[in-house]
Amino acid sequence: MSPLNDTAAGIRAKAGWMRRHALKMVYDKQLGHLGGDFSATDILATLYFGVMRYDAKTPGLPGRDRFIMSKGHATGAFYSVLAAAGYFPEDWLSTYMQPNSKLNGHPNRNYLPGIETNTGPLGHGLPVALGIAIAGKLSRLDYRTFVLTGDGELQEGSNWEAAMSAGNRHLSHLTVIVDRNRLQQGAGTEETNGLDPLDDKFRAFGWHVEMVDGHDVEALLAVLGAPVGDRRKPLCVIANTVKGKGVSFMENKAMWHHGVPSAAQYEQALKELV
Amino acid sequence: MAGSATGAGEASRQGWHDCREAWARTIEGLAEADPNIVVVVNDSVGSSKLGGFQKKFPDRVINVGIAEQTLVGVGAGLANGGKIPFVSGASCFLTARALEQVKADVAYAKANVKLVGQSSGIAYGELGPTHHSIEDFAWLRPLDNLTVITPADPWETAEAVKWAAGYEGPVYLRLSRMPVPNLDIPNRVFRPGHAELVREGTDVAILACGTLVHLAVQAANLLAKEDISARVVNFSSLAPFDRDAVRAAASLGAIVTAEEANIRGGLGGAVAEFTAENMPVPVQRVGFPGFLPTGSIEDLFEAFGLTVTGIAAAARKSLARRAR
Ligand SMILES: Cc1ncc(C[n+]2csc(CCOP(=O)(O)OP(=O)(O)O)c2C)c(N)n1
Ligand SMILES: [Mg+2]
Repeated sequence: MSPLNDTAAGIRAKAGWMRRHALKMVYDKQLGHLGGDFSATDILATLYFGVMRYDAKTPGLPGRDRFIMSKGHATGAFYSVLAAAGYFPEDWLSTYMQPNSKLNGHPNRNYLPGIETNTGPLGHGLPVALGIAIAGKLSRLDYRTFVLTGDGELQEGSNWEAAMSAGNRHLSHLTVIVDRNRLQQGAGTEETNGLDPLDDKFRAFGWHVEMVDGHDVEALLAVLGAPVGDRRKPLCVIANTVKGKGVSFMENKAMWHHGVPSAAQYEQALKELV
Repeated sequence: MAGSATGAGEASRQGWHDCREAWARTIEGLAEADPNIVVVVNDSVGSSKLGGFQKKFPDRVINVGIAEQTLVGVGAGLANGGKIPFVSGASCFLTARALEQVKADVAYAKANVKLVGQSSGIAYGELGPTHHSIEDFAWLRPLDNLTVITPADPWETAEAVKWAAGYEGPVYLRLSRMPVPNLDIPNRVFRPGHAELVREGTDVAILACGTLVHLAVQAANLLAKEDISARVVNFSSLAPFDRDAVRAAASLGAIVTAEEANIRGGLGGAVAEFTAENMPVPVQRVGFPGFLPTGSIEDLFEAFGLTVTGIAAAARKSLARRAR
């Protein structure tokens, strides 16, 4: 297995495809979390098309790189990247949250291939990823484990319990990516329970920290695709993002956490996403 | 059939209410009268309908962020400091994530904390089992000292909130946001620990709580057409548990329970435990069997028989078992 090594332009095209699909899924169902879908899209596209080693046709290979969507509400982005990567047929996306659909509002590993663990309650991904990384070390496998968290999500203490342990264990093959869009459900993160200085917090817990523009595919490729080498620390990538990225009227607005577009807004958004 | 699961077509739902409105109105009124009333939230101001409260009393909204264990612990601390905290968040996270805090800091310690579980049951529909709160009865019912109340309508929601503010001790209020009508009962008085007679009947007793009570009334009306006389009881207090009401129900010889919850360990479980030991009679439990598939509230109510016809069928089955 090797990464798909798509070009940056190719990855950007995939991200555009994903945003349009997420938009349609949420519009059709009139339910979903577009703000957090759009802030995470470029990160997901970069991981799946430029960084991770996996075989979508044999998803259980022991040596595969793992991805965990800890911000499990962003299924518009997550399901569309899994479809784009070939884990399941694209037309399944139209069943999003329909009765008895495999595409539940939050991801279920028993319904779809490519999902490592069930998420939805925030603050579960990093502890599970920690366990996966420990297992890799015990088995002497060199797979990498990537976990994407929201920034508001980091208010959950479980993340910091796991972060402390990962630093202690020098888990170099574990990477957390923080979708730092500075908004949570009802308001900004800093006015709710501030996280800054987030980089110092992770450093204090024994992590190597990189800051990156989470919509700059080249920059994401550089930090996420860099070989682990002799770094003896887990990697924290703080990806500065824009919630609702790509649709002008959704960007940086708390209400688009779970807002759903009207017909006119849908048309407008589609135009902006070409 | 559209709307059948929730008990009415769109047209006849006038006067039906999301009980969160009654909660928000009541807590604002209480806070005006008593400066010790505070609310504690986990990024849940909007979902708790506390926007108005926040405008009026910004200092009395303690938003701990997305951190339920701290949410409940802070509630216990505020109570220690003389405040009357209403700790309000989605009931799935409030009761599951913070279960040990609820057990140790609140129930075991007898802290004066009012836990307010919002959007309980399957209000989150297609967001799935992580967001459903249908196991909460099973994991809160055995906790000593904790009063567990599931209001059936807006009136009872308001009364329960008022009562909880005045009562010294731990309370869990399990609120719904599914629109329901006010029950038609003359001269009502809210009495925690007492089941409320909604409709008298002599053949079978339907013990229901929350969103299922008004469906149970409609089921009783349906059964009346078949000359089956069904009693309907609003079992809003799961703890303390009204044994006398269950004894009276068992004396009819056939029982149905109905709840927007997992039937393992909830109201049905409590009734079955009590009758098995004391007055064995047939008990048919209406509720959810476990983790649910993807579906809307209406789809899931319909698919699992939390409906007027589903409750009526359970009553016939309970009666048939009695006859054997
Ligand atoms: C334990 C838990 N508490 C509360 C929620 C409800 N909730 C869903 S998303 C969300 C806000 C998440 O904000 P953030 O992590 O910043 O995600 P993003 O901005 O990327 O959408 C909240 C409070 C939840 N899913 N899980
Ligand atoms: Mg955020």
